[in-house]
Amino acid sequence: MRKVSSASKTADKVFRVATGLCASSPVLFLVAIGIVVFIESVPSIKFMGWHFLTGTQWNLGDMYGNLEVKNGVSAPAGATYGALPYIVGTLASSVIALLIAVPVAIFTAIILAYRVRGPVKTVLSILVELLAGIPSVVFGLWGVIVLAPWVAQFFGPLLTHLGVVIPFFRGPVGTGMGLLSSGLILALMIVPIITATTRDLLEQVPILYREGGIGLGMTNWEVVRKICLPYVKDGLIGAVALGWGRAMGETMAVLMVSGSAINYLPHSIFSPISTMAAVIADQLDSALTDATHLAVHALAELALVLMLLTLITNFLARWLVHRGGQRVRSGVRA
Amino acid sequence: MMKQRRKRRKVGGCIGWTVAWLAAALVLFSLADMVYTILWNGIKSFRISMLFTITSGNAGGLENAILGTLYLIVLSIIIAAPLGILGGIYVSEFASSRIAGVIRFLTEVLSGVPSIVIGYFGYLFMVLRWGWGFSALAGGIALTIIMLPYILRTTESSLMQVPMAQREAAWGLGMTRFQAVTKVIWRPAAGGIATGVLLAVAIGLGETAPLLYTAGWSTYNPSLALTHHQIGYLTYIVWSYIDMPYTESHALAYSAAFVLLMVILFIHLVVRAIVQRTMVKH
Repeated sequence: MRKVSSASKTADKVFRVATGLCASSPVLFLVAIGIVVFIESVPSIKFMGWHFLTGTQWNLGDMYGNLEVKNGVSAPAGATYGALPYIVGTLASSVIALLIAVPVAIFTAIILAYRVRGPVKTVLSILVELLAGIPSVVFGLWGVIVLAPWVAQFFGPLLTHLGVVIPFFRGPVGTGMGLLSSGLILALMIVPIITATTRDLLEQVPILYREGGIGLGMTNWEVVRKICLPYVKDGLIGAVALGWGRAMGETMAVLMVSGSAINYLPHSIFSPISTMAAVIADQLDSALTDATHLAVHALAELALVLMLLTLITNFLARWLVHRGGQRVRSGVRA
Repeated sequence: MMKQRRKRRKVGGCIGWTVAWLAAALVLFSLADMVYTILWNGIKSFRISMLFTITSGNAGGLENAILGTLYLIVLSIIIAAPLGILGGIYVSEFASSRIAGVIRFLTEVLSGVPSIVIGYFGYLFMVLRWGWGFSALAGGIALTIIMLPYILRTTESSLMQVPMAQREAAWGLGMTRFQAVTKVIWRPAAGGIATGVLLAVAIGLGETAPLLYTAGWSTYNPSLALTHHQIGYLTYIVWSYIDMPYTESHALAYSAAFVLLMVILFIHLVVRAIVQRTMVKH
């Protein structure tokens, strides 16, 4: 018998180590991002404390005046960094996006899973995937030239009629660039994510369960509503959380249609807003003019908060999808 | 009484399905409207000469941005593809199930980090701390971090689909694991790995946020310098030129979006073709 030569044994070992190093690179990147963003935000954390999360004024201070020293950090006089409007903007726009996207995505997934088959199903699935592949600036461009004018001229005035009942819908509608447009654009961006996951989950519902429902005399719709949807509930919540994380972290499309409001808490669904991601992209130019670099550190803290928020929703989502997937799998076996 | 109930259930079902079809139609309509808007405006404003002139002032051409985008993509794929493919091989072929689970989970977490955070990390770390300035390499590495999770995951999942029997046959011939991977197992998985890399390219092409503060922006054609030279890219034109008050700037933005969308659609078509071919073969 020919033995495995020692050269190929060494090659095997070298290969194993090399691939292992490559496999650890995502982990290294993740750790590096976390550490760098945290270290860079330390001066801002010291300077603002908890007021960073509750303050509503983002003011770089008087760049040409004297420096003031607070909590051991020097800053331009009058500088204050309050991120509340951006945290509110991020949460509000992403929640509006979810309110629109979740029903639309679930209904679309039901159609994809149960109502079309063969080539039609393939084509529709490809189209939904394609929607996920369109760059966010293109979404933003569409938002600027189609969606915002539509909201300003048609959809917004329609919604203001509801303002009598719900004060949050009261006008004026303005330019259409604002909370509503951001929410709509984000909804469109996360629909493919939620749809794809939900469709996969729905297709895993055991056929026996559905046949059982039909056998009991349920209508087609009742089978979907009372058997399939409850069956995939956990995974569905996970998919929604996944979409939420994506919506909170989205930058360019929101930056283009949000109206870039600074230091302004939204009063109505038409108010201009800014999200954390958009502020980071928008404000770095002016932050660079700060000789003390504190503004750059403040943006780093904003990035840290954003990263923590998205990581939490992501952890939750993965855990729920995983749990849902496991239950579904054991269901298939039974 | 019975009759009424039956009717109500029937009507409920009808309403449910109608709403579902409407939702699907809404999604498709939005997609169609978006593609139509970009194509229509793009065709109206796109000139072939734009491919050979650089951006200047309020308008000009796209040459610098196209070359810059290509350079950034090539740089990032040179780093991301080996890391992702070799990493995927490790997770699927060598790692114990526990380590594989951890790496898989953290990779997904990395793909969930907002792209602007990755861009800001690149700015703080590479542009400032390492002093590279706004540069191709900083932008390329930021894009690498975006692409890496996709490549790693698709490599791993397409290797996982290779039947265990093929591995055992390779080992049975006396191959080491290294030889088994490089001579046997990669073949059935090659299509899947290629689609992963192509999709990563499509994602990289469309990214803006990670490049804003790592690559900067330049109206000149990129030099091959890795650091200290800003570099232009297509998505920047879409974003900034649509904000200008001039018609010719808007035309440039539409054209850039048009070129981007065309390339991305093309990549998706190629990916589909590969997927179809491998599916037919099996």
